Amino acid sequence: MKAGDAIELKVTPDPYVTVRYAGASGDFNPIHIDEEFARQVGLPGRILHGLWSMAQVARAATEAAGGPDKLISLSVQFRGMGRLNEEVVVSGEVTEVHEDGTATAKLEAVQSGHRIIRNAVATLRAG
Amino acid sequence: MPLPTDKIGKTYPAAVYAVGREKIREYAAAVGETNPLHFDVEAARAAGYSDVLAPPMFAVVYAGRMLGPVLFDPELEINFAMLLHGSQEFVWGRAVVAGDEISTTAEITEIAMRGELAFYVLRTDSVNQRGETVCTGTWTNIIRGVKDA
Repeated sequence: MKAGDAIELKVTPDPYVTVRYAGASGDFNPIHIDEEFARQVGLPGRILHGLWSMAQVARAATEAAGGPDKLISLSVQFRGMGRLNEEVVVSGEVTEVHEDGTATAKLEAVQSGHRIIRNAVATLRAG
Repeated sequence: MPLPTDKIGKTYPAAVYAVGREKIREYAAAVGETNPLHFDVEAARAAGYSDVLAPPMFAVVYAGRMLGPVLFDPELEINFAMLLHGSQEFVWGRAVVAGDEISTTAEITEIAMRGELAFYVLRTDSVNQRGETVCTGTWTNIIRGVKDA
């Protein structure tokens, strides 16, 4: 892993991903699983869980670094609403490799031109 | 109504989460993980783990359980309908595998207005059954439409 290495992951959330994620994570907020409720509170429809989107950023970082044990830390900012049935593109790059064997990567997640996760910073084990 | 800034520093008692093999598989599948370490006991053992390995973001399962008691704490006066998840940070320590028992405590580290938004920041500290830190989480929740007067 060296500075400038690109990271990319593409995934299209199917209509039931939020239902499976609600069960897996324990987050049953109805804005993610109930179409009618979501519209009643002014959303265009059910939206992705922010932490599911963060998990895609984590997956992009660990796959690029060579495994789930390579991720030391991850911070993200959530923006906007992630939608079902629209491709999520996680992209970023390794910005620095440090003397202690760790690396810093900066990433974001974009859907139809809208950033749903920005300013993501991952610390990885480079070796 | 002023923000309850006197609650900065409030702590919440530890909750213990028993990590199950099928729960790791269920979570890993729900987020699209394909690495055999999360699904295949033999692959995990061959890599030196005692059982299937939790993906790092599995922290939302064991540490996220602290969020409910905090967000619904009447002393914090949070309007749940106006709640947004603003940002999130995790710092990981020891690996989490099926069979672990993870104990998580929570503390309110910040309550502050920034413009029209109220920020409630929560820190979670999760340790395994040996007392080793497995994850520290920083959960930044934003409440819209708060009048701090």
